[in-house]
Amino acid sequence: MKRQKLIAYFFLAFFFLCISICTSGKVLAASDPVGTATGKAADLGVDAGTLTIGKLADFVGHNTISINFMWLLLTGFLVMFMQAGFALVETGFCRAKSAAETMMMNFIVYAIGMTGYWICGYALQMGGVGGFASLGGGAALSKEITITLFGKPFGLFGGTGFFLAGASYDVAIFAMFLFQMVFMDTAATIPTGAMAERWKFSNFCIFGLFMSMLIYPLYGNWVWGGGWLAKLGENFGLGHGMVDFAGSSVVHCVGGTAALAGAIVLGPRVGKYNKDGTPNAIPGHDIPMAILGTFILAFGWFGFNPGSTLAGVDLRLAVVAVNTMLASAAGALSAMLYMWYTTGKPDPSMSANGMLAGLVAITAPCAFVNSISAFIIGAIAGVLVIWSVYFVERVLKVDDPVGAVSVHGVNGIWGCLALGIFADGKYGAGWNGVEGTVRGLLYGDASQFIAQLIGCLVCFTFVFVSFYAFFKISDLLVGIRVSKETEIEGLDIPEVGALAYPDFQTIVSSEL
Amino acid sequence: MKKIEAIIKPFKLDELKEALDKIGVKGMTVTDVKGFGRQKGHTEMYRGTEYKIEFRSKIKVEIIIQDEKVQEAMDVIADAVKTGNIGDGKIFVTPVEDVMRIRTKERGEDAL
Ligand SMILES: Nc1ncnc2c1ncn2[C@@H]1O[C@H](COP(=O)(O)OP(=O)(O)OP(=O)(O)O)[C@@H](O)[C@H]1O
Ligand SMILES: [Mg+2]
Repeated sequence: MKRQKLIAYFFLAFFFLCISICTSGKVLAASDPVGTATGKAADLGVDAGTLTIGKLADFVGHNTISINFMWLLLTGFLVMFMQAGFALVETGFCRAKSAAETMMMNFIVYAIGMTGYWICGYALQMGGVGGFASLGGGAALSKEITITLFGKPFGLFGGTGFFLAGASYDVAIFAMFLFQMVFMDTAATIPTGAMAERWKFSNFCIFGLFMSMLIYPLYGNWVWGGGWLAKLGENFGLGHGMVDFAGSSVVHCVGGTAALAGAIVLGPRVGKYNKDGTPNAIPGHDIPMAILGTFILAFGWFGFNPGSTLAGVDLRLAVVAVNTMLASAAGALSAMLYMWYTTGKPDPSMSANGMLAGLVAITAPCAFVNSISAFIIGAIAGVLVIWSVYFVERVLKVDDPVGAVSVHGVNGIWGCLALGIFADGKYGAGWNGVEGTVRGLLYGDASQFIAQLIGCLVCFTFVFVSFYAFFKISDLLVGIRVSKETEIEGLDIPEVGALAYPDFQTIVSSEL
Repeated sequence: MKKIEAIIKPFKLDELKEALDKIGVKGMTVTDVKGFGRQKGHTEMYRGTEYKIEFRSKIKVEIIIQDEKVQEAMDVIADAVKTGNIGDGKIFVTPVEDVMRIRTKERGEDAL
């Protein structure tokens, strides 16, 4: 008791001592509470008297590039966190009996994808891009493998940057690796939702490599790595070539299309369809988890889209960020209202899909449209995603537990086309080597829309065919689907040896 | 002695307990159960597609009680939990042979 009192008095005394020192002013005369006095010529490490304009310009250049580096890396960290969002959305929309396995896929795809992308994915995608203006470097990525068709060069894939080794040991190339890698992993984690609750874990692991080492990098090269789709403008006069600001096609349509191919090859879950072909709903086990995941994704999208300016000094990022949030709101609202009106209830899971659809759709056009267009694009996406979910489920009879095909595939295409319609000509001067700003159909450039159309067609066809073949062949080699017993029991124990919720009784019935 | 098993709507449990307290019931066991009656489940919507909920959540209350109190208890239970809508539940009564209070090894009605 006595000792405790003593200690209390001691701390009290110490506290008052600190306060008296802090408020005495004199002692901390060098402090700068407002911040206007911090940062002087002396901080450059040179004497102001000997500072030349050239040297000063170097400092300014270095600072500008530093700001861009910070922006790129911080937004990349945000995009990395989207992996958590995907894990929560997909697991929440699936049943409890396979929750650990669904989580495990979403978790380990990060590591598998990154490894594959580091080995050769990044090199194939960006190895011929020729450098990054906003990062002041990266010139070592200089080899694009090209063929000549119709007398024009068609860039197919890059050829430097493997393992980030040799001349790629460079800060700009590393920074861009981080940023591109988290985008690729977003695409890689999309199919795990559509294929959940029946996909063999071993097959999924091989898929992760195929996506990160080959298919994503190839299409990524064609749009972002200086490949042939980006050059449709320069070579064939189609607008600025395929323009995709942050990845409606490169990330989302690629992921969503792979998801479609996978879900088709896998077939529906046991109990999804009745004998007469009518579908049953299989409710997800944790809607709060899915909504939390949706918010994390929406938050991460502030990295995805604004980060894609690749430059913190490109203040257009404010427009990008606002367009992104507006489209997400419009998508959530239109989906909720549509469900409310047509089914009598504002279905939370479909509303969450609506928000994600709005985000996917604004991803390509976010930098090129005004706020009204952004809202319209998002609102259309919110309804489009519902129609697409119905179409996939009722007409195609493909079982997609989380709506990944509709959110990412269909709305990825919608986003690219929306750019070709709504781009308002304010931004994108010199984009893809074509003079002038990017304008869509409504602003006088129909050829931009055609470029977008070609980009989407190529994306869907190339990715669908590649993954359909991949899944069919891998099915022969290692099998793609778990046994019926495993599926009914839940994949947790048979596939990963751990139950998500061992303390709770989960529902296992052969009907569902 | 008899066992009374009452399957009731979950939100009626508090009212039932109060009512049984009043007539001096000395113990009860409560379980979360699922079941269906004549209407055989119902349909719900998820993502715009219907699905059947085969079993509804109910609560099962078990009390063991002296023979002469059974009629009163059944009435009290029914009055307490009735809403007048379908799915109000059922009461089952079965004979009970013996009871033991573990701590004292008392038997029969003394152990209730
Ligand atoms: N015959 C039965 N055997 C076992 N449990 C029963 C039986 N009938 C009802 N139950 C249980 O009681 C619960 C409630 O039944 P419920 O009140 O719906 O009966 P009902 O015969 O359908 O009457 P109502 O027409 O009033 O709905 C069921 O969910 C089930 O758990
Ligand atoms: Mg009934």
